[in-house]
Amino acid sequence: MTVAARAPYDFKPRDLVENFHGKQIVYASWDRHLLFAAPFLICVPPDTTFRAFVEGPLAQLLAIDPDAAAIDWTTAEWQKGNDAFTPDFDQSLAANGIAHKELIRLRTPGLNSITAAA
Amino acid sequence: MSSVFIALQANEETRPIIEAIEADNPQARVSREPAMVKIDAPGRLVIRKQTIEENLGRDFDLQELHVNLITLSGHVDEDDDMLTLHWDR
Amino acid sequence: MDMKTPEKKLGIKERYRYLTRDLAWEPSYRSHDEIYPYLAYEGIKIHDWDKWEDPFRLTMDAYWKYQGEKERKFYAIIDAHAQNNGHLNITDGRYLSALKIFLQAISPGEYAAHKGFSRAGREFAGAGTQVACQMQALDEIRHAQTQIHALSNYNKYYNGFHAFSDHRDRIWYTSVARSFFDDAMAAGPFEFMIAIGFSFEYVLTNLLFVPFMSGAAYNGDMATVTFGFSAQSDEARHMTLGLECIKFMLEQDPDNLPIVQKWIDKWFWRGFRVLGLVSTMMDYMLPKRVMSWREAWEIYGVENGGALFKDLAFYGIRPPKGWEDAGKAIDHMSHQFMLGFYQWRFGTAFHSWIPSDDDMNWLSQKYPTTFDKYYRPRWDYIRKAEAEGKPFKNFGLAKLCQCCQLPCVFTEPDDPSQLCHRQTTYKGEIYHFCSDGCQDVFENEPEKYVQAWLPMPQLFQDPVNGDLAAWMDWAFLTDGKDNGEYPGSGDQLNFDRWRGLATSNT
Repeated sequence: MTVAARAPYDFKPRDLVENFHGKQIVYASWDRHLLFAAPFLICVPPDTTFRAFVEGPLAQLLAIDPDAAAIDWTTAEWQKGNDAFTPDFDQSLAANGIAHKELIRLRTPGLNSITAAA
Repeated sequence: MSSVFIALQANEETRPIIEAIEADNPQARVSREPAMVKIDAPGRLVIRKQTIEENLGRDFDLQELHVNLITLSGHVDEDDDMLTLHWDR
Repeated sequence: MDMKTPEKKLGIKERYRYLTRDLAWEPSYRSHDEIYPYLAYEGIKIHDWDKWEDPFRLTMDAYWKYQGEKERKFYAIIDAHAQNNGHLNITDGRYLSALKIFLQAISPGEYAAHKGFSRAGREFAGAGTQVACQMQALDEIRHAQTQIHALSNYNKYYNGFHAFSDHRDRIWYTSVARSFFDDAMAAGPFEFMIAIGFSFEYVLTNLLFVPFMSGAAYNGDMATVTFGFSAQSDEARHMTLGLECIKFMLEQDPDNLPIVQKWIDKWFWRGFRVLGLVSTMMDYMLPKRVMSWREAWEIYGVENGGALFKDLAFYGIRPPKGWEDAGKAIDHMSHQFMLGFYQWRFGTAFHSWIPSDDDMNWLSQKYPTTFDKYYRPRWDYIRKAEAEGKPFKNFGLAKLCQCCQLPCVFTEPDDPSQLCHRQTTYKGEIYHFCSDGCQDVFENEPEKYVQAWLPMPQLFQDPVNGDLAAWMDWAFLTDGKDNGEYPGSGDQLNFDRWRGLATSNT
């Protein structure tokens, strides 16, 4: 489908990666941990290693959840967008194929203090 | 049949109007809520100029309703003597 | 009210006909298409503009007379409010948060609607349609003015009211309403009528102005009740116009049906997302509550909306696509929003708080299937953390929906324990959505929504570049005054102190 218009209609997206001065956006969400009202927006350089991303900004944001201390990053399950994903912790975000505005989802089965099952 | 409704501000001007609507629509249900009165009726509700004038003791232009009207539902049919809300065609 | 009604020579039907038909003319030296260049490109076919009927048949003299009367009533109350310490007569200072959201998110929408109807009144060809749109344009600017005027009385005493137009442009939670109106104003005249006349007026304003304003009365705020009901008295006319416009399009040509249906689907969902703010104001921000958001939805959504769609089925219109998902969200949305507002309270130009035991018991009564199971445990944890001196604050920024622009706080329609994630890739760029409804809207017109100015990603671009303090300055948010928790805020201290002064002599 396309927009109805009287003239050519083609405008630039407002959130192109070149607007972020060398950084990119990564969204991150922890499944079934709803103390956090929405996925996080994290703005980092694409050469950040996955480990530095997880143990740095992501771990800091998750720390206020009672389950945070018990996360085992090595057994956690990951998803990138809609697909299952096995990250290489020592490679950069770019090398892990994590593009600008990609959503990373974290799953920790069995670890769930607050959110009731459906 | 779906309900139609009209809601009016609760004040001295609307009291006789609401009484007139109640008299003309025995099937209507009147709910008094803070600052407003909502009148629901199955399918159809009529508001008659003549009944309002009898209650008020003065001439009444049906369009005066706009001043104290809060909301309504249904198709509107208005002439000089009567305003009807209805869902049927 | 006038006691003497002059002897009438003409009935209202005749007077209306003279105004809307006899004053119009057929152009002779310019073509119809040159004069009305926006009528065709949306695909709507109109064969006879004279079939347009405005059921209220208000003529200009009557319009001025009754609007003048409404204004006199309004200003009598505003004067009384200012003269009688109206700012202290509200039940509790927490109530002010609802007014701040209203002023920052909704009142600018009235102004946008004014601009939109001024344009629609010019772009439509029928004289009846033009008159109705011009009246509505005047109504809408009156609403913006009376709301701003009424709430300016609170701005003299409380924080968070001072920069509503900047908050509308720059703060994140207001962008749901801003993007709704921007989207409508960037559409053609027919779609604009569905967006505002149908979705905003028929679906939204009853929920916004009726139970919420009745709630304002319950909370002692007569100024707000007055502008609310005064505005809503015009909405009755606007709704009738929106409904009339839908019927008119559907009766003019069978080809219009799929276009109208697509707009109904789109604008119902966009309107429903704006209602998220209203649900939170009703369930959490009114210290005394008339009815829950769920109860209001039953009356004005299910019953009244249901009656409307049953009627439109005559033309082949089905209920909006998102209707079922909306029904599933009703028992969740206010809680999801309030938890979001509370944890991001550093970035709101109003105060939030942890609900009291009383509030939570009321919520579990009103939401028996969801509150205790899903939301009370979160509030309990947050309260415990606060009591232990570790107040729960989420300093992460949120992923926003590319369409409604709200943080993606909503859960899967059939699994309230899991956030809803939706995404798509368009021309190499990834876009995220809060729901299937918002993703559908995007996919029907991706070129339009790629331009969305999303407040959160914007924070990492020029001119703010990720500096939170710089963002607050830029957004006219005064840290420590406008934002944060209600307990301990300047608003609370002042409200309690002044109320003490007003009710005692020491």
